[in-house]
Amino acid sequence: MRVNAIAAETFEPPSGSDFWQPLVGDGAFAITRPMVLFVISTVLIATVMLLATRKLSVVPGKGQWALETVYGFVRNGVARDMIGEKNFKPYLPLLFSAFMVVLVNNLFGVIPFIQYPTMSRIAFPVSIVLFIYLLYLYIGMKRRGVLGYFKSLVPPGLPTFIIPLMFFLEVITFFFTRPVTLGLRLFGNMFAGHILLLLMAVGGEYLLLHTDFPTSVFSIGPLLGFFVLTGFELLIEFLQAYIFILLAAFYIADSLADEH
Amino acid sequence: MEGNLAIVGYGLSAIGPGIGVGLIFAAYINGVARQPEARGILQPLAILGFALAEALAIFGIALAFVFS
Repeated sequence: MRVNAIAAETFEPPSGSDFWQPLVGDGAFAITRPMVLFVISTVLIATVMLLATRKLSVVPGKGQWALETVYGFVRNGVARDMIGEKNFKPYLPLLFSAFMVVLVNNLFGVIPFIQYPTMSRIAFPVSIVLFIYLLYLYIGMKRRGVLGYFKSLVPPGLPTFIIPLMFFLEVITFFFTRPVTLGLRLFGNMFAGHILLLLMAVGGEYLLLHTDFPTSVFSIGPLLGFFVLTGFELLIEFLQAYIFILLAAFYIADSLADEH
Repeated sequence: MEGNLAIVGYGLSAIGPGIGVGLIFAAYINGVARQPEARGILQPLAILGFALAEALAIFGIALAFVFS
């Protein structure tokens, strides 16, 4: 919909191509903005973790207390609850680092001057999901053997004629739906949320500066919406990082479970 | 008026997951209201159900951009 016919230039709504921001070079081997952000996030997390855990004390200081809160949340709230008291410890480092990486990269979406959620490029969630995907398949196959793993997909005690159908559905669930939804959920939330913010900012700017007086008053809507949605995005970013490791822990727990 | 019909289709398809997410949180609130001490058990379950229902909407937005 054209906003105003009098305006000199027409309004261009944001699209997926706005997320392609190469810094050095072009094409498949370009160094892009999310790549740089991902490196920054890794360095940032490593530095904070190393500094905060350098001298640990029984009575924690401010930094240690903050870190322990986050760590305790992942350890007790996610890993122990989902995987179980007995064997959650080997998977704790993976879950915690995945949580930190996803959270910090999501928060880049609202931090001023950075404002680019790394996970809105599909390759970044895919690479993290690929690791979790291979891990839960490996755990399941190591516990039961490759054949035993496929056999365990079908719950016991079903009538014979329904077993091929169940097997087909379960294979699709375990090998296709689970990894795809895990990656696509993170990507989709970050992408959709950021494109909404972009629409509010670009639309508000257009209405304010490129239209005449009576129409430009309406720019207050998008610009106000931008602030409200930024707060909403902050909530979504925390929630998505939580959901990501919650589901990862759930899938790992499923591979570890004795009974289907 | 210009636009893309794929986005309208996405809006329609988002109704389903929207209702689903609403039902999940309605059940969660109901559960916590009846049994406040069960909150710790219900919360991960509610979030898990929310994430699974929401996945359908996310599929929709990815496909809306693919087919637009």
